[in-house]
Amino acid sequence: MEIKVGMADLNVCSGSDSITTLGLGSCVGVVLWDPKNKVCGMAHVMLPDSTSIRNNTNVAKFADSGIDELLRRVLAKGAKRQNLVAKIAGGAKMFSIQNKTDLISIGERNVEASKKKLKELNIPLKASDTGETYGRTVTFYPETGQYHIKRVGKELKII
Amino acid sequence: MNDISVENMSSQYYDVLKEIGNIGAGNATTALATMLQCKVDMGVPEVRLLKFSEIGQLLGGEEQVMAGVYLAIEGDINGSIMFLVKEDVAMHLIRKLLGDMTSDTMGEMEKSALKEISNIITGAYLNAMSSMTNLSIVPSIPDLCIDMAGAILSVPAIEFGELGDEMLLIQSQIYDQVAIDGFFIMVPDMESYKKILTALGMTV
Repeated sequence: MEIKVGMADLNVCSGSDSITTLGLGSCVGVVLWDPKNKVCGMAHVMLPDSTSIRNNTNVAKFADSGIDELLRRVLAKGAKRQNLVAKIAGGAKMFSIQNKTDLISIGERNVEASKKKLKELNIPLKASDTGETYGRTVTFYPETGQYHIKRVGKELKII
Repeated sequence: MNDISVENMSSQYYDVLKEIGNIGAGNATTALATMLQCKVDMGVPEVRLLKFSEIGQLLGGEEQVMAGVYLAIEGDINGSIMFLVKEDVAMHLIRKLLGDMTSDTMGEMEKSALKEISNIITGAYLNAMSSMTNLSIVPSIPDLCIDMAGAILSVPAIEFGELGDEMLLIQSQIYDQVAIDGFFIMVPDMESYKKILTALGMTV
């Protein structure tokens, strides 16, 4: 079975199932994986920091609160804390125009915030495919640990 | 109005946007007809408040390849606007404008033609907005991206994401021989929201 994760959403899966999010742009698809127990979870992170925004009830939307919640969910699904590794993809810059107020693109900020949070939680980042200017459809397979990245008009990339 | 969010937006503002959508689509239709030298009709535009989780239900889903043109806006209102059409519709419009000059693949000339068409269409909406509010709105030069719908829409979605979990868009339909199903998304920043509402005589 393939479990779908929407925008600003998160979910978990295990065994022979897979988990996917379609058409990632400047958002980041963060995966936490326990290779021993074949359990994983994915968060579709939209914004870097929940503390800088008043309307922050949807924890999955932010890198900081989203990864905290993702960790809680994968542990509840049977993952062991010490086994966990992470893979991330996304954070593209879809347009070259950007708000004058943002010196660094939102995609890049999402990637940085995700990396920072993983570091804080002491979860090693095993692989990443971030930045660039194209969208990505990503699928993670907890049995093999493969993170499949599909792009328009380009070959499949596996990290 | 500290906790402004699109979810709590008054139905009055909704109606205003609908009206802007109507006038904008009308202006766009006239401009397109002149530019493409053919008869162009329009349908009634729909204003939709779309949850982030529902973005996949839009047209062909998150992976549908679309052409998105994005502009920053400045002046009395700051923010961004985006015009979005399916790739085949974009190609149709380009063919109309370029005639025999196009090679039917998305090259530099085709991209530039599409930017020009989008300029006309977004300009039509912005004029409608500007004349209703008496606020000056100046668009930047357009930037084009052809990619998956989800990836393109992530850009305005992130801007809306600072306010809530929904995105406000105007869906308009223009016909010549084919239906040109287009989406128009405008994201004013927080300050500009208040300015628009005040200019329209609504309580802030």
